[in-house]
Amino acid sequence: MKLHINGTVRDVEEPGDTPLLWVLRDELGLVGTKFGCGMAQCGACTVHLDGKPTRSCVLPAASVGDRHVTTIEGLSKDGPHAVQKAWLEADVVQCGYCQSGQLMTAAALIEAKPDPTDNDIDAAMSGNVCRCGTYQRVREAIHLAAKIRKGAAK
Amino acid sequence: MSAAVSRRGFLGQAAGLAIAFYVPLGSGPKVAQAAAEKGAKAAAKAVPLPPANAFLHIGTDDSVTVLLAHSEMGQSMWTALPMLITEELECDWSKVRAEHAPAADVYKFPMFGMQMTGGSSSTYGEFDRYRTIGATAKHLLLEAAAKRLHTTPDRLTVDKGVITFGKQTLTYGQVAEEAMKLPQPATVKLKDPKDWKVIGHPTKRLDSPEKIDGTAKFGMDVQFPGLRTAVVARPPAFGAKLVSYDDSAALAVRGVEKVVRTTDGVAVVAKNFWAAKLGRDALKIQWQQPADGGVSTAKQIAEFHDLAKKPGAIGTNKGDVDAAMASAAGKIEVDYGFPYLAHAPMEPLNCAVKFENGKVDVWTGTQFQTFDQVAVAKVFGVKPTDVDIHTMFLGGGFGRRGNPKSDWIVEAAEIAKATGLPIKTVWTREDDIRGGYYRPSYLHRVTVGVDSRGMPVAWDHVVVGQSIMAGGPMEAIMVKHGVDESSVEGLGDNPYLESVSAKRVSLHSPKTDIPVLWWRSVGNTHTAFAMECAIDELAHRAGKDPLAYRLALLEGKTRHVNALKLAAARASWGTPPEKGRARGMAIHESFGSIVAEVAEVSVDNGVIRVHSVTCAVDCGGVVNPLGVEAQVQGSVAFGLTAALHGELTFENGHAKQSNFHDYKPLRMYEMPVVAVHTIDSGAKRGGIGEPSTAPIAPAVANAVFALTGQRLRSLPLRLA
Repeated sequence: MKLHINGTVRDVEEPGDTPLLWVLRDELGLVGTKFGCGMAQCGACTVHLDGKPTRSCVLPAASVGDRHVTTIEGLSKDGPHAVQKAWLEADVVQCGYCQSGQLMTAAALIEAKPDPTDNDIDAAMSGNVCRCGTYQRVREAIHLAAKIRKGAAK
Repeated sequence: MSAAVSRRGFLGQAAGLAIAFYVPLGSGPKVAQAAAEKGAKAAAKAVPLPPANAFLHIGTDDSVTVLLAHSEMGQSMWTALPMLITEELECDWSKVRAEHAPAADVYKFPMFGMQMTGGSSSTYGEFDRYRTIGATAKHLLLEAAAKRLHTTPDRLTVDKGVITFGKQTLTYGQVAEEAMKLPQPATVKLKDPKDWKVIGHPTKRLDSPEKIDGTAKFGMDVQFPGLRTAVVARPPAFGAKLVSYDDSAALAVRGVEKVVRTTDGVAVVAKNFWAAKLGRDALKIQWQQPADGGVSTAKQIAEFHDLAKKPGAIGTNKGDVDAAMASAAGKIEVDYGFPYLAHAPMEPLNCAVKFENGKVDVWTGTQFQTFDQVAVAKVFGVKPTDVDIHTMFLGGGFGRRGNPKSDWIVEAAEIAKATGLPIKTVWTREDDIRGGYYRPSYLHRVTVGVDSRGMPVAWDHVVVGQSIMAGGPMEAIMVKHGVDESSVEGLGDNPYLESVSAKRVSLHSPKTDIPVLWWRSVGNTHTAFAMECAIDELAHRAGKDPLAYRLALLEGKTRHVNALKLAAARASWGTPPEKGRARGMAIHESFGSIVAEVAEVSVDNGVIRVHSVTCAVDCGGVVNPLGVEAQVQGSVAFGLTAALHGELTFENGHAKQSNFHDYKPLRMYEMPVVAVHTIDSGAKRGGIGEPSTAPIAPAVANAVFALTGQRLRSLPLRLA
């Protein structure tokens, strides 16, 4: 099977019912995408599928088809993404394990809603669990990222 | 030391560098020695300062690498310890980076005599040692520079790693090689706090860049050629034993290579996780149920209530409680209940082990390197020094990754030994939630006699719950006369009770098959709730404002009074909140710090919503305001998870919950706005990773009472 990942086509040998997460991590060595729950409850495994945030731990690799997969490793192809800049500025991370997923969901959010409200953030981000409790700074960083993105677009 | 450094590959990593500069501490500058002695408490034997160390490396490219004797699990050791060194070294912060130290005697924590991270102790416990290392390095570098420039060190100035003498400048990197050859000073003088440029200043984390682009390596991310993945079938109930298993279907799964026994279960070893997991699912195992049927929650709660009818082993006993109770003007008798809790760090447990030529390499995220090293050595029959522990970033610890039994590490070592292969175990979330080492379940029975003004005159407090320390290496220190200090911490010596002339705290420690462990803030997770809710009930009974009642009891306790007043003021205590909301407060001292919290809540369709939490924190002094704020916010979130959701229940020894759908974590939409106000009291420094966890549940429960009139006395909080 062939998968479009971070702008390149990768050959994959694992059976098609293997979740995309484990193809990324174990076969392709893209370990920035994390395993947290295995049942789409925590968001640590979030990747983009044609730009849409998707839980890779429950997605059979074969069902990806021609859609383009972007992982945290591919988020910053033209220098740091607005969310990554904002994450640094707001000093968001603690243990960091959930942050790839948080960033991927946040990046998709500000793409879909360039000026997200707190309610938008609640709706988009509540599927991403952080046991360290970085939520408050995640929220601040998303507002900041939206500003950075708009500034860059000008 | 040398093994540590060469293995870590410092020299190799800094390409082109041949020079490493280590600060030789020798017998140790006096200040650090004194600190080590002072910090050693009764808890453990003091470790003399290491004869030499590798805490600091300065490259000829001016890079400064700090080796961390403590694990980074989110609490920001990666930043706080380098800040301490930088303060004294006066190096360029932009050139500072951190690395986990390997497991070695030199990195043992003077406070506990072992290499470990826990007890919210790393920053204040290393406050003198790490500063002294920085000061010693600076002394040597200046001496080397003075020689080169034909002058004396006192005529040199230094700023951000650049040494200036008149018009001449030298960088630290340029004199590192010569400095390394100089004899160490007998003493060094640490800076006057008024001259601090780093300590106390908001400093962004050094580990952010790698944690936002996916390159940070956690134990889960360890990969190398030949490494297999093992997924283990463990007993489905605590106390159950393996009888037999059939692995034929498991071995038929594509990618599965071996199936081996561990002490408790069966491990499926495969070329990757998914194959190993499918293999485990295909195992047919016969388990023998626990002889006593196993723990069932309802039955256990009834047993706890029976035990609570009588005093247990005596922890605190002052005055004649029974007589004082009998003659009191009034009395309240209340029970507070607490369930078992899993830590549920975001990174499920994992551990990679390789055994080759008599040496063992272990890659994992751990809080307890010294215990782990000894435990792995025992499995392989080698010396502890033949076990190299590579501490990876911890995807959360909260106590679960600091187990004196090294459970997940020993298991991985057993599998590596049995298969003869390098393996990495990966736990699923279900394995984690059902895997034990929980915060124990507790019951508190609190009986308080009051005088005619409603102030307590007799306090009888019975605690029932498993001992965390019993049967472990800390039992001798922590369990006194049958009382595990960690089960009753914050009760007998609670400042509210100082003026109460008759008080008794006693403890029943029933044994079960469920393994238990410390969970962020340990005993305070339940003792603070019982104390702060009981005090709130007493205030209400006395017809007093909860703040005024607390202040009256805490008279003379300046730090407590100041924290309460500050939190109350910043939360606008005394002014009515928005319609449909109410406020509640709590204060608790733990890990040497005092935290007061005011929570503002509402109830929406029977669901408790926490809108804001105002915290006043006195941890003596702040090293990194950004780090303190993050730890307080995080602790509130962690405590709020337990307040609103956390509960494990058991049937015949089997945990009913299994994953985040039924063992719910706090989510973004539930996160209150947490305001953090620090008090620079100048008191002895305390911890910050845990102390804000305990006050949130009672603050919320007291707010819910203020709003609804319902006293919720067990966690998680559930409205009638």
